[in-house]
Amino acid sequence: MANRPGLRDGGSQTVNRPVEPAVEAELLTLPRKRYGELAGALAVLAVLAWLAMSLANAAIDWGVVRDHLTVDVLLRGLGTTIILTIVAMVLGVILGVVVAVMRLSHSPVTSTVGWLYVWVFRGTPVYLQLLAWFNIALIFPYLQIPGIWGARTVDVVTPFVAAAIGLGLNQGAYTSEVVRAGILSVDEGQTEAAYAIGMTRLRTMRRIVLPQAMRVILPPIGNETIGMLKTTSLASAIGVSEILSEAQHIYFVNNRIMELLIVCAVWYLAAVSLLSVVQFYLERHFAKGSSSRSLPDTPVQRLRKAITSGKQARR
Amino acid sequence: MTTTTNQRPLVRAESVHKHFGDLEVLRGISLDVSRGEVVCLLGPSGSGKSTFLRCINHLEQVNAGRIWVGDEVIGYRQQGDRLHELNHRAIARQRRRIGMVFQKFNLFPHMTALENVIEGPVGVQGVPKAQAVARAKTLLTRVGLGNKENAYPRQLSGGQQQRVAIARALAMEPELMLFDEPTSALDPELVGEVLDVMKDLAQTGLTMIVVTHEIGFAREVADRVAFMDGGEILEIGPPSQVLGDPQHPRTRSFLSRVL
Ligand SMILES: Nc1ncnc2c1ncn2[C@@H]1O[C@H](COP(=O)(O)OP(=O)(O)O)[C@@H](O)[C@H]1O
Ligand SMILES: [Mg+2]
Repeated sequence: MANRPGLRDGGSQTVNRPVEPAVEAELLTLPRKRYGELAGALAVLAVLAWLAMSLANAAIDWGVVRDHLTVDVLLRGLGTTIILTIVAMVLGVILGVVVAVMRLSHSPVTSTVGWLYVWVFRGTPVYLQLLAWFNIALIFPYLQIPGIWGARTVDVVTPFVAAAIGLGLNQGAYTSEVVRAGILSVDEGQTEAAYAIGMTRLRTMRRIVLPQAMRVILPPIGNETIGMLKTTSLASAIGVSEILSEAQHIYFVNNRIMELLIVCAVWYLAAVSLLSVVQFYLERHFAKGSSSRSLPDTPVQRLRKAITSGKQARR
Repeated sequence: MTTTTNQRPLVRAESVHKHFGDLEVLRGISLDVSRGEVVCLLGPSGSGKSTFLRCINHLEQVNAGRIWVGDEVIGYRQQGDRLHELNHRAIARQRRRIGMVFQKFNLFPHMTALENVIEGPVGVQGVPKAQAVARAKTLLTRVGLGNKENAYPRQLSGGQQQRVAIARALAMEPELMLFDEPTSALDPELVGEVLDVMKDLAQTGLTMIVVTHEIGFAREVADRVAFMDGGEILEIGPPSQVLGDPQHPRTRSFLSRVL
């Protein structure tokens, strides 16, 4: 192997001649030639420069983009988007956990009900489900808990409520599969050890199994939260004033279509970036004890270390 | 408690049968274990030793026969001459009096050693946290891990993990401890530290049923040794008798293989 420098990794190669080991210390080390990488990088930079130039010269009024970034209605629309995302995801995760546990149940009735739920809500378009919840008053004009409470359906199931229910139920069907995989990934010995110290099944699930399943569950849920943030734009179809529909209302009037779409894109990207940060910290939290090494530093800790080591260097 | 419980054995297994599908794993196991007694279960792999232990704390349900621990029938509530099958919550309550130590330790990896030990007392028995922590520290010190309370299981050696697992079981203040090959997953040089802890426990008068291949431990610590094969107890008696002068040919051939 040592005589085939091409197979070595790292940035240097040893020039080996068949000589006695005693002379080896004087061998010259030359960095590998990297013409290919250089050419590639240049090509990418050229394409980027061309893209930037075309964008700068395109018929986009960047002033309009800037002016609309903080328009009130858009910010309110952004707020609706974010709140709808949170409500739908919370509903989806709760349902997902419940249905996952149902599907793993020994009772055939319980597991079949769980299976049916997934079958229906994963098997039909979420758009259809939103329209159905929005129009639910057509088949159930009144909602009531006999003797306690009653109301007209249209007053209770507002567009926002319909969207939250529709998106949440749909999400629950997907999340339940993720949670089920997570639960199955936890060693059975964990459950037995928990039972052996007298834990009930519910407590075992909550304290022992789910926290460990989280390591498997969280990355896909993070993905799906980001997906949900974007899927909320479908709710505009049933009259929810989320950011994209508000942008449309503006560009129907001023005709600055691309500018307003760019504004929305900027806000979506900002929100997604924020979610990625939250995901990082959540994953870090549930990684407790998962490896013999200590946890990776958070960016804040890394920054602090960089600053303190910089100070020491200057002294 | 009635006055008879002190004369009665702590554990009484009566003709316990267990099968998995067509496979008969336990074919009528009967065994009495008195309070303070240490019984070692020996036998070839697949003879049903683990299954029997798991039946005692209802990790497996017996198909026929009965197991008493104290004056309770495991998995049932006795009312007059009737046995009512218990629900999971009540079975969980029965298990609190029985500690179990597993071959693969099964510590909770997302909790520190100390958190592993207080999980039962705080979460199951409702002991105040400060009190549970103090007791857990005493227990960890007793198993020689007083300085490891904040370590996660993965940062501990196998022998250390198993000692934490023993502390976790002891924290419930069990009347009975079940050990299922507690040293089989350990590197040879770590076996001693776990056996030492178990010897210690035996001396305090804890009732223990130990499945093990450590013949030396059985000879030194056990009050009685039982040899199991094919889902039956073939031979039981004091170690000097079963290990020193085995009567059954299968016991003899097993001992000649492990000694
Ligand atoms: N949950 C189970 N399902 C099916 N077979 C099992 C199960 N648990 C144990 N067995 C079988 O029962 C037999 C006895 O197993 P076990 O009690 O673990 O033996 P030992 O502990 O003496 O090695 C083995 O043949 C094993 O394959
Ligand atoms: Mg076994």
